[in-house]
Amino acid sequence: MSEPKQLAVNGQQHSVEAPDDMPLLWVLRDVLGLTGTKFGCGIAQCGACTVHLDGKPVRSCVLPVGAVGTRAVTTIEGVGATESGARVQKAWLDLEVVQCGYCQPGQIMSASALLAGTPSPDDADIDAAMAGNICRCGTYVRIRAAIKRAAGNQA
Amino acid sequence: MSSASKTATLLTRRDLLQGAGAGALLAFYLPVRGADTRGAAPKAGFAPNAFIRIDPSGRTTLVMPQVEMGQGVYTSIGLILAEELDGDWSQVVLEHAPPNDKLYGNPAFGLQATGNSNSIRAWWTQLRTAGAAARAMLVQAAAHQWQVDPGSCTAQRGEVIHAASGRRLRYGALAGAARQITPPAKPPLKDPKDFTLIGKPQKRYDTPDKVIGKTVYGIDVLLPGMRFATLAASPVFGGKVAHVDDAAALALPGVHKVVVADDLVAVVGDNMWAAKKGLQALTITWDEGPNAKLASPQIWDDLRRASEKDGVVAKSVGDTKAALSGSGAIEAAYEVPFLAHATMEPLNCTVQLKTDSCELWLGTQIMTRVQGTVAQLTGLPPEKVTVHNHYIGGGFGRRLEPDMALKAVRVAQHLDGEPLKVIWTREEDMQHDVYRPMYRDTIAATLRDGKIEAWKYKVSGSSILARWLPPAFQNGIDFDAVDSAVDNPYDIPNKHVEYVRVEPQGVPTGFWRGVGPNNNVFATECFMDELARKAGKDPVEFRTSMLGGSPRLKAALELVAHKSGWGEPLPPRAGRGVSAQVSFASFIATVVEVQVEDSGEVKLRRVTCAVDTGIAVSPDTVVAQLQGGLIFGLTAALYGEITIEKGRVVQSNFNDYRMLRINQVPDIEVHLIPSGESPGGIGETGVTAGPPALRNAIYAATGVALRRLPIDRAALARGG
Repeated sequence: MSEPKQLAVNGQQHSVEAPDDMPLLWVLRDVLGLTGTKFGCGIAQCGACTVHLDGKPVRSCVLPVGAVGTRAVTTIEGVGATESGARVQKAWLDLEVVQCGYCQPGQIMSASALLAGTPSPDDADIDAAMAGNICRCGTYVRIRAAIKRAAGNQA
Repeated sequence: MSSASKTATLLTRRDLLQGAGAGALLAFYLPVRGADTRGAAPKAGFAPNAFIRIDPSGRTTLVMPQVEMGQGVYTSIGLILAEELDGDWSQVVLEHAPPNDKLYGNPAFGLQATGNSNSIRAWWTQLRTAGAAARAMLVQAAAHQWQVDPGSCTAQRGEVIHAASGRRLRYGALAGAARQITPPAKPPLKDPKDFTLIGKPQKRYDTPDKVIGKTVYGIDVLLPGMRFATLAASPVFGGKVAHVDDAAALALPGVHKVVVADDLVAVVGDNMWAAKKGLQALTITWDEGPNAKLASPQIWDDLRRASEKDGVVAKSVGDTKAALSGSGAIEAAYEVPFLAHATMEPLNCTVQLKTDSCELWLGTQIMTRVQGTVAQLTGLPPEKVTVHNHYIGGGFGRRLEPDMALKAVRVAQHLDGEPLKVIWTREEDMQHDVYRPMYRDTIAATLRDGKIEAWKYKVSGSSILARWLPPAFQNGIDFDAVDSAVDNPYDIPNKHVEYVRVEPQGVPTGFWRGVGPNNNVFATECFMDELARKAGKDPVEFRTSMLGGSPRLKAALELVAHKSGWGEPLPPRAGRGVSAQVSFASFIATVVEVQVEDSGEVKLRRVTCAVDTGIAVSPDTVVAQLQGGLIFGLTAALYGEITIEKGRVVQSNFNDYRMLRINQVPDIEVHLIPSGESPGGIGETGVTAGPPALRNAIYAATGVALRRLPIDRAALARGG
């Protein structure tokens, strides 16, 4: 066990005791009790564990907590406080994107990071940003529509 | 209609088994019903039955007998209850039912199970009656208080109104008085034209929490003092642990214990990461048992050999044998592989096992079986086994099994009563599934005047029902395995359907979204296209010419042809394929448009679907289920195959068990046909619709008649 780490999650500082190689996913879920971020595959294949580091999407299941440093971690529990996150969550509700919902925290994190950097994404932008997020229920058609709706709301 | 005869109707569809006693058989499995179905009444509140509670503040709780795994059933069941109750939908709270087959058993199964796309079909009348009875009691209570005729009162959005005097009383204010009223045996149900909730646009109940990460799935349960574990069962089916060297694992920080239990090893730690690292640090020697050399080619050989035998006759109309004895019979065989469920939420179960009780937290499609099998395993009486159900991160049939609970309890038996969350890794989840069976379907047919004269269809494959619900497996027929084969919708004078039960060595099989119809709709609709080509007819025209007996399907087919641009020109190596089906009591026609690249890769261009599912309780959810179901089925058709080598599942994660991703999915149009018929099933219908339409589109684009899934890209490569 290394020294306690200072983690900034959703604007709050946490002192965390965890080995450096422990993926951020399990620190969030099992140590901090932030279970909105999901375990899906453990090898960065499905995107269910997506969170933001300084606003950029990362797969927390393969990101060692020791590599986070001082960068700000944002999870599904906190993304609604960002402008793009709030827009995406509203669009998800408006278009009833969600089915089982298990992958949706990851989808919403990827989509909100996309909109933060690319305010008016086209289909190719959406494909590039979202192809790493699997939805087994098959909500892709609505995810695409909701991202476009969220982008439009900004205008 | 009694619940027993209703059950028989639902399960046997139109003519399955033709009076072979299926009704009596299933009635045997039904719970005693109707004696005392009152829920526990809150002290001052009103609980007229097991589904509705209204407290004096007006808070209305609706108890959900079916589980929510994405299909939107909480909202739909809530709407049905609230509709007949005339409750205030905006004030309603939904609650998971506890395990209780007697109160909450699915009328079609006699078990508290969610599956077979039957939640709405099976519960439709019973839930409406429960709501209507409560409304009648509230109206009567108000009328009594006002000393007026109940017939002069109406109910609306949570209150009773006496229009003549302008008086109103909220349901909450009537709760105390209503509980004194005897429930009516046959309360009048609304005329569907008076529905204010059913069939109207409604937001889903479960979405708001799901978009902010607040929904608690089984895997999210956290308890004070909780330990975490992950496990490895024998990688070879049927193998056992021979020896474990755990020194390195136990030396890791955060690892508490290594549990060895017959066929599995688990590591218990402070968190999932510690447990996972611990498991990786073990050196396990397995006694691989009798399946150590098992491989897919052998399982296929076994199935093909068995499929040559005569089967048990599931249906026979006319004289198929005579019609097929002449020349001109056309034959084909279709094969579909093992499939994994790959729910996004990996299998998990949290358990706290004490000497005199066991508490479980998980998402399951079959609560009472979890409770019963855990009771059996632990020797505890069932009432000492508490099951807390949760929202489910994908079921698809996988969570109709109790194995995740049993394995968790077996690990917990080595602890001292502390709460334990057991999570399977994705690899463990994929390699210890119960797999959608491999099936082989052989079909022979003759044509006369451009129509089918005789049709002989034989299904060969595993019987899931024989294991999962033994009383339902009778006389050698698995009615799920022949579903959508015995009730083939086409007007064919001579039809004959057989079933050969073949259990694959070593490999466990289970229900997979779309169940029996997946296989049968695929083979039937592929063969329909091959026959159309033999007859020199357009595939849509060929089908519609034989749908006189199924006007609802014919209408869906004509609509989808129109909406999809059927017949319009396409680029080279692009094609449209159609499928039509009556499955889960819904009538669906689908057109898939593809482009086949020179490499053999298949790109989806467009998907169009028309459906008559009777009354759509929540129309937007019906559309969503079809969109998602189509993607689920198309994913399997394009990629899905579990293979076995050395007794082990080869695939392990999403890198080698691929899923369709957003960049591969085109727009999916769903056209709902308005209908006043009773609701059909919708959760699985899109799944069964996609694969044959895809394959027929490839057939149209290339002329290659694929007869196996997943699609064989090598056979489609230009010149290949």
